[in-house]
Amino acid sequence: MNDQIYTGKNLDLLDIELQLLLEAIHLKYGYDFRNYSKAHVKRRILHKFNMSSMENITQMQERLLWDKRYFAELINELSINVTEMFRDPAFYKSFRENVVPVLKTYAFIKVWHAGCATGEEVYSLAILLKEEGLLERAQIYATDFNRNVLEVAKQGIYSNDNFSQYSRNYKSAGGKGEFSDYFTSRYGSVMMDKSLTKKVVFADHNLVTDSVFAEVNLIICRNVMIYFNRELQNKVVGLFYKSLSSSGYLCLGTKESLRFGEHEQLFQAVDPKYRIYKKRII
Amino acid sequence: MYKAIVIGTSYGGLEAIKAIIPKLPKDFPLALLIVLHIGDNDNTTFINLLNDSSEILIKEAEEKESIKPGIVYFAPPNYHLLVEKDETISLSTEPKVNFSRPSIDVLFESASWVYRDQLIGIVMSGANSDGADGLKLIKANGGTTIVENPCSSYAPTMPRAALKSTKPDYRLKLEAIKDQLMKLAGYNI
Repeated sequence: MNDQIYTGKNLDLLDIELQLLLEAIHLKYGYDFRNYSKAHVKRRILHKFNMSSMENITQMQERLLWDKRYFAELINELSINVTEMFRDPAFYKSFRENVVPVLKTYAFIKVWHAGCATGEEVYSLAILLKEEGLLERAQIYATDFNRNVLEVAKQGIYSNDNFSQYSRNYKSAGGKGEFSDYFTSRYGSVMMDKSLTKKVVFADHNLVTDSVFAEVNLIICRNVMIYFNRELQNKVVGLFYKSLSSSGYLCLGTKESLRFGEHEQLFQAVDPKYRIYKKRII
Repeated sequence: MYKAIVIGTSYGGLEAIKAIIPKLPKDFPLALLIVLHIGDNDNTTFINLLNDSSEILIKEAEEKESIKPGIVYFAPPNYHLLVEKDETISLSTEPKVNFSRPSIDVLFESASWVYRDQLIGIVMSGANSDGADGLKLIKANGGTTIVENPCSSYAPTMPRAALKSTKPDYRLKLEAIKDQLMKLAGYNI
């Protein structure tokens, strides 16, 4: 690694190399990162590059075109899988207060959890719905483009390092029981209660390249679109709009908003602080 | 002419920021982007307080908003703050860097890619070494670098780490940083 190569005038060269790299990934493997946040992609690619012995990003491009396994490594670098159980507890609390009462009036609830990563928030939602008596009449589709993380989500086995934090999150999210009722802890790992995923289908879906997934009453897509540029965000929000049934809900990450996008007027804010929106009837 | 200032600070950072921001004039021609490590705590109280005592506008950085001169943007707690080439804000929840999210290095690096020699980077009081690599990159890309003098800083570890990685253009006591920024911004003082 040469940490001084990409400075000064070479920054323009770096941008060219990155553009070609993303083009190569798209042409060869079909994954499209061309409309991701550029700063984010640059950081992740350089992070991978700095750990290698390669001389420049062009060498990286050559390697990934010829070596499928290397591309698989790169995918893990580009997809952000940082997540936690009941992340932003106040969001879940608001969801219980503002969305659950309406969902209770439905005979059947279809949920799309888009970009579910390793699944912690899927289990969080399943726990919440169970406590509210809604899980039995729910169908949850949990999707991600990264198959490695989907596999983790499906298994529901996590390191117990963070579970004291998760337990606190659960409480402040308005949890009605004991968080420990939902998992068994053995060998330093935690296995989530299998009954939670009885109503969950984990599936490979790419928000960037795939189309409408299903018609659903609720879409949860938190901290996924912050890695997209505005154009791609607009496209995906449009996709969500089409996938939502009349008056369906859209939940975003607490720092994401529809404010700078072109579809803002298609949704009405249910809780603007915690980014819970409802499809407007037009 | 400079376009933006990036500031990184942690322990003692509130005091350090209070010594600069409230003294800047309303028409200050540069944007300021700040990473202040405050853990998971909400920073609205601090931002409101600072707004009450300042002439320029201070706000939490929002995803995709345009970076404008004369506005101070704080990284939201638990998110990295990045600058895009079209001079808009990106936020990220990627893993902690230097045990920190937001990380000073992440801001400095992305800002330096965009603003290059039109950027001023400042490392102030703090108890870890976040910002040292970022400051080095700012310098390598032709930007101007300032480090608070560790001898008089509230917590010297962060300025010391920055001095180790980078020979800054200015090594200043806290009281002198604001005047230097005014001069760099083109004011006659």
